[in-house]
Amino acid sequence: MTAVVVEALLKSAVLLFVLLTATAYEVLLERKLLGRFQVRYGPNRVGPWGLLQPLADGIKLLTKEDFAPAGADRVVYVAAPVLLMTVALFVYAVIPFGPEVELFGRRVTLYLADVNTALLLVLGASSLGVYGLILGGWSSNSKYSLLGGLRSSAQVISYELSLALAVLAVVLEAGSLSLVRIVQAQEQGWFVLRQPVAFLVFFLSALAETNRAPFDLPEAEQELVAGYQTEYGGFKFVMFYIAEYLAMITQGALAATLFLGGWHGPLLPPVVWFVLKVLLFVVVLIWIRATVPRVRYDQLMGLGWKVLIPVALLNLLVSAVLLL
Amino acid sequence: MTLARETLTINMGPQHPSTHGVLRLVLELEGEVIVSCQPVIGYLHTGIEKEMENRTYHQNIALVDRIEYLSSYHEELAYCMAVEKLLGVEVPKRAQYIRVILCELNRIASHLVWLGTTGIDLNVSSLLMYCFRDRERILELSEMVSGQRMMPGYFRIGGVAADLPEEFEPAARQFLEEFPRRLDEYEAMLTDNLIWRRRHEGVAVLSREDALAYGVTGPTLRGSGIAYDVRKAFPYSSYDDFEFDVPTGERGDAFDRYRVRMEEMRQSRRIVLQALDRLPLGPVITGDRKVALPPRAELVRSMEAVIHQFKLVSEGIHPPKGEVYAAVESPRGEKGYYIVSDGSNRPVRVRVRAPSFSNLQALPAMVRGGMLADVVVAIASIDIVLGDVDR
Repeated sequence: MTAVVVEALLKSAVLLFVLLTATAYEVLLERKLLGRFQVRYGPNRVGPWGLLQPLADGIKLLTKEDFAPAGADRVVYVAAPVLLMTVALFVYAVIPFGPEVELFGRRVTLYLADVNTALLLVLGASSLGVYGLILGGWSSNSKYSLLGGLRSSAQVISYELSLALAVLAVVLEAGSLSLVRIVQAQEQGWFVLRQPVAFLVFFLSALAETNRAPFDLPEAEQELVAGYQTEYGGFKFVMFYIAEYLAMITQGALAATLFLGGWHGPLLPPVVWFVLKVLLFVVVLIWIRATVPRVRYDQLMGLGWKVLIPVALLNLLVSAVLLL
Repeated sequence: MTLARETLTINMGPQHPSTHGVLRLVLELEGEVIVSCQPVIGYLHTGIEKEMENRTYHQNIALVDRIEYLSSYHEELAYCMAVEKLLGVEVPKRAQYIRVILCELNRIASHLVWLGTTGIDLNVSSLLMYCFRDRERILELSEMVSGQRMMPGYFRIGGVAADLPEEFEPAARQFLEEFPRRLDEYEAMLTDNLIWRRRHEGVAVLSREDALAYGVTGPTLRGSGIAYDVRKAFPYSSYDDFEFDVPTGERGDAFDRYRVRMEEMRQSRRIVLQALDRLPLGPVITGDRKVALPPRAELVRSMEAVIHQFKLVSEGIHPPKGEVYAAVESPRGEKGYYIVSDGSNRPVRVRVRAPSFSNLQALPAMVRGGMLADVVVAIASIDIVLGDVDR
């Protein structure tokens, strides 16, 4: 019993460390890649190839004044980023990075928990994240924040529907809500081949869910300064930032798990395959950001409700008929 | 029970990432729909017009550069042309061609800034970098001829300060050689991009009638379908020697203005190439000693030259009494200078006809009934320079 608890704690600690480091370096990766896409170098002053840049950024942000705007609802103002970050991290409890491996003479699973409703947990957690956005926007006592918060709540709720519908097709294929089972079901063939439409819908919804370009309206700086984050600074801002970039990795991990065969792949160890797939997803997101303009709010909602949801529903219907 | 409908008033600017300077807009919103828009200007008021009354005609060239700072060459040209008209001075053909070359290069540079900033307004941040990469080449050309990248102070009353350096022509030709490919690249990235089109088509529409009523000029006017271009309508500085088209739009939306400006860059390139091919030989500044400084070599031989030099440097030019208006086609529209002279060495009054100012007037008409996000597109599509609006 103790061993199990210790193992879970150790795994959580390692996971937390890996995730937070990954987020920091994801930001660096984005800046570097964006730099290259835009014929410039990106950060290259701190450490070799700018590798210590995240550290410098972190120190800078952590040593900033802990500020709150006048008239802000203090408790909610602080709680919003905490909630968002907690929820973003929570998802990783159920995401499988690899199969069982031998470590120090014990059989260790490369996931924290194999819950039979894992997918529901993931979707639920990302819905909870919306509260972070709305509360952050509302409690700041600023019009820009409020508009940003309203936009993001509308956007995330709309696209969660199409995301869930796309994911349901995979559940039909695998016959399980457990992410581990879904990966195991893809041993013979990745679901992206069997469910290309679902993958497309999932991908577009994931872009909107993570507030990434071209759907990064909640923080459309050209219209809303920085959206719901406008009045945030220092450590609280870091938490929003971490949550946002963690969400990118989360969607990457979900895409890998649900559509790209999870840890399956030839030659390389399973974990490496998983990381590679997530990385690919993240790089594509960054690439898109460097290329496309931002859509307008009504166009975004139109795409979600008039295109993605009907398509996802139809796809689900067809899959269900074919599978049964 | 009746429901009260409340509108939300938000303040966009003067410190705002996409008002292209220090423009402030008071927007009344109903949801995200614009009910009214009121531009508040004056945050970049420099008093240049007033300041010009206290400086000699020649000193003022340094001031006018700073009005429409993205197209200083046009500014200098308009000002110099006005003073030349007052003086009745003929500008040598070579100087006229050099002026055309620099103005058209400047137009490309200015339009590139417009394209790049429109890009960041729509979150295509890469575009800004690409545009600035190309603009950098033009700034280098400017540095070659004038020693300055911006604010060149290169044109003189009666000509230009110095002849083109030897390395200018090959460098300019090389840039013009590569430029169309770059433009094609940007157009491939934008014109056929669904999101780009959706954000521009039917957005910030300005009808022909409104455009005329507001006194809009430049690409903003031509986007609404009126082919008015000062270069064609009132040719100056030998523009009638060159062949070029004046592109116009049909619907008067932001997309038409985008297409007009893209085409203008190609036309400007055409003009520069023609001017380079046919660049006549000869002096680059008028031989009128009452207007232009005598060459250095003459100073050691001629007492008269020394006197002219002394008078011009200490007092400056004395244009005859009178009033004059001269206009050029700047990247933003008709840029005119109205100068009143009382015969002294300083103007009594200088009034600048600023295209950005009159174009900005049309903004409320463009955005009313649109979405908040369209305001950004509208501002970008009229391409204002706040220094020009406030002067």
